[in-house]
Amino acid sequence: MSNRSKRLNEEAEEDEEEAEGIGDWERTYVDDRSWEALQEDESGLLRPIDNSAIYHAQYRRRLRMLSAAAAGTRIQKGLIRYLYIVIDFSRAAAEMDFRPSRLAIMAKHVEAFIREFFDQNPLSQIGLVSIKDGVAHTLTDLGGSPESHIQALMGKLEASGDSSLQNGLELVHEYLSQIPSYGHREVLILYSALSTCDPGNIMETIQRCKESKLRCSVIGLSAEMFICKYLCQETGGLYSVALDEVHLKDLLLEHAPPPPAIAEFAVANLIKMGFPQSAAENSRAICSCHNEAKIGGYTCPRCKARICDLPTECTICGLTLVSSPHLARSYHHLFPIAPFDEVPLSSLNNLMPKSCFGCQQSLRGAGNKGGSCVTCSKCKHYFCLDCDIYIHESLHNCPGCESIHRPKSVSMMEE
Amino acid sequence: MASVTSKLYSDDVSLLVLLLDTNPFYWSTTSIKFSQFLSHVLAFLNAVLGLNQLNQVVVIATGYSSCDYIYDSSLTPNGHFESSGTGMPAIFSSLLKKLDEFSAKDEELCKEEDNEKRVASSLLSGSLSMALCYIQRVFRSGHLHPQPRILCLQGSPDGPEQYVAVMNSIFSAQRLMVPIDSCYIGTQNSAFLQQASYITGGVHHSPKQLDGLFQYLTTIFATDLYTRGFVQLPKPVGVDFRASCFCHKKTIDMGYICSVCLSIFCEHHKKCSTCGSVFGQSKLDEASSVANKKRKAPDS
Ligand SMILES: [Zn+2]
Ligand SMILES: [Zn+2]
Ligand SMILES: [Zn+2]
Ligand SMILES: [Zn+2]
Ligand SMILES: [Zn+2]
Repeated sequence: MSNRSKRLNEEAEEDEEEAEGIGDWERTYVDDRSWEALQEDESGLLRPIDNSAIYHAQYRRRLRMLSAAAAGTRIQKGLIRYLYIVIDFSRAAAEMDFRPSRLAIMAKHVEAFIREFFDQNPLSQIGLVSIKDGVAHTLTDLGGSPESHIQALMGKLEASGDSSLQNGLELVHEYLSQIPSYGHREVLILYSALSTCDPGNIMETIQRCKESKLRCSVIGLSAEMFICKYLCQETGGLYSVALDEVHLKDLLLEHAPPPPAIAEFAVANLIKMGFPQSAAENSRAICSCHNEAKIGGYTCPRCKARICDLPTECTICGLTLVSSPHLARSYHHLFPIAPFDEVPLSSLNNLMPKSCFGCQQSLRGAGNKGGSCVTCSKCKHYFCLDCDIYIHESLHNCPGCESIHRPKSVSMMEE
Repeated sequence: MASVTSKLYSDDVSLLVLLLDTNPFYWSTTSIKFSQFLSHVLAFLNAVLGLNQLNQVVVIATGYSSCDYIYDSSLTPNGHFESSGTGMPAIFSSLLKKLDEFSAKDEELCKEEDNEKRVASSLLSGSLSMALCYIQRVFRSGHLHPQPRILCLQGSPDGPEQYVAVMNSIFSAQRLMVPIDSCYIGTQNSAFLQQASYITGGVHHSPKQLDGLFQYLTTIFATDLYTRGFVQLPKPVGVDFRASCFCHKKTIDMGYICSVCLSIFCEHHKKCSTCGSVFGQSKLDEASSVANKKRKAPDS
């Protein structure tokens, strides 16, 4: 990885030298490299490259990796997560190898990540910390509302000074050591700089993070650094270095689904929660979150305070308030569907159905770009590659398995 | 789809995916016969196809032991108004033929199973999943496509064992911004369909008079997504989002949740009956509120 990113940096430098002689308008195309996405067909016409087969292969590799990791242990996921996102806003973040700058790109993708995170982990909380001028600042406290985090992040977009990994870790460690024992403590660091300017021995800080069971992951934006790699190894996190913007986005989104839980990392516990009923259509009350008179909303079952939105913590009595669909959003992490088996083109025969069970697209001929199809090992139905991806990434149901009657006694929860 | 002039696609061209409940156990208990019901539905489909030349209709049968596609108007593009001599547009004779085949197969599959206590729910989770796969394919087909929506015509009661799968489908539809309309003609209320329509922004209605089903269908469910901005459709009635506990299936408004698997219990247990985790002794409620106070202290 380090070699690769170094080489990329060199290339970038070469590009810059070349680019000096050209105008701004040309430069946007040079940076874009849009010609790389074209290929010539038989008749000499330019066409966009068909990436679907490559894309599908990548997706299958990722899926296999995930299921292999889960196979060894009993599937447990850290569903209640307390995640601090630490963003490096040091001088290095102003660099423009990502367009328009690392800073802007980081902010853009962190925003998308925060939304995706709360979509997948409705009961979890995020906090934001920035590192700037050698000091770590708190942007937001742990909280469950995506909007307030995004607002705080977008308000402070400037880069200066040195970066300090140790200061960032110390601050986050202090916050995360106070969360309840059933929560999974995670830190995700977006690191631009190639150095760290620390007040003390960072090795001690890393050991303390390890002892407090903080799972630290780092996404680098320039090149691999030993100290980041060491941090991730010690605390069980993931370390990766983004090659370009698309890669950065993928790396970030990899952190959205709950990580496999390591039993000793969090103590299982029962959490008291309230399921508020929505207030009657035309009842007007002052909500406890904004202190404004509003129609509708929900009523806390313990203290009867009015709140606007779920999920939240009651501002009066502190009870965690959710609705049953919020819990249901997380259930697919617990009952994942197994990867489908690939059926190679050569074994296509007449016994096989002609079209995809999910979307009815023909599995033979022009409609099927990838050239092969997949089959579910449980229900034996065949699917096209596009449905394969959709089913595993978004739907989380096998249409075939759902179209077979299950006797009532075999409930999903008992699997 | 490629044959039609793509220029003509505008906001009000619809793709209607109709999920038709064919559960024989349900239809054996109703006052209205399935054939009567079907004639209302066919007239409705004809009306939808007539509203706009480019409208597309797909019908998926939701059976007791299987689900299948029984009709796709894009496969028979020229048949709209040809009569087959039976007083029925030719396209629907193919639908009826497919439906007959499907019902025969579905009933055969029922017989194969052991005849224990039957739950008369149909496979809503299966047909919803298939509908979403189909819609996903329409989205893949390019920038110009009809506006998709799903309509569940359901009479059978909810199958509790489908809960996770139905919710997964609802969330996926929400992400794709596909509304799920539901017309529930059964006797109890369907919590699944109420939630599906509420979460995805669709319309839920349970008609009182089944003789007038056609009228309900055309006045409420024939409106395309664009027109919905201008007409008064039935408002969602209070959807109950309270949870029911896993131990007694009792609806509760306060309860305990296993931090590992999110199972819901109405009282404190020592061990989770779903995932087997043994719960720690600390009094959680207090622990979390103390942590909150500590956490917020430096700010104030
Ligand atoms: Zn309260
Ligand atoms: Zn398909
Ligand atoms: Zn299957
Ligand atoms: Zn109970
Ligand atoms: Zn549990």
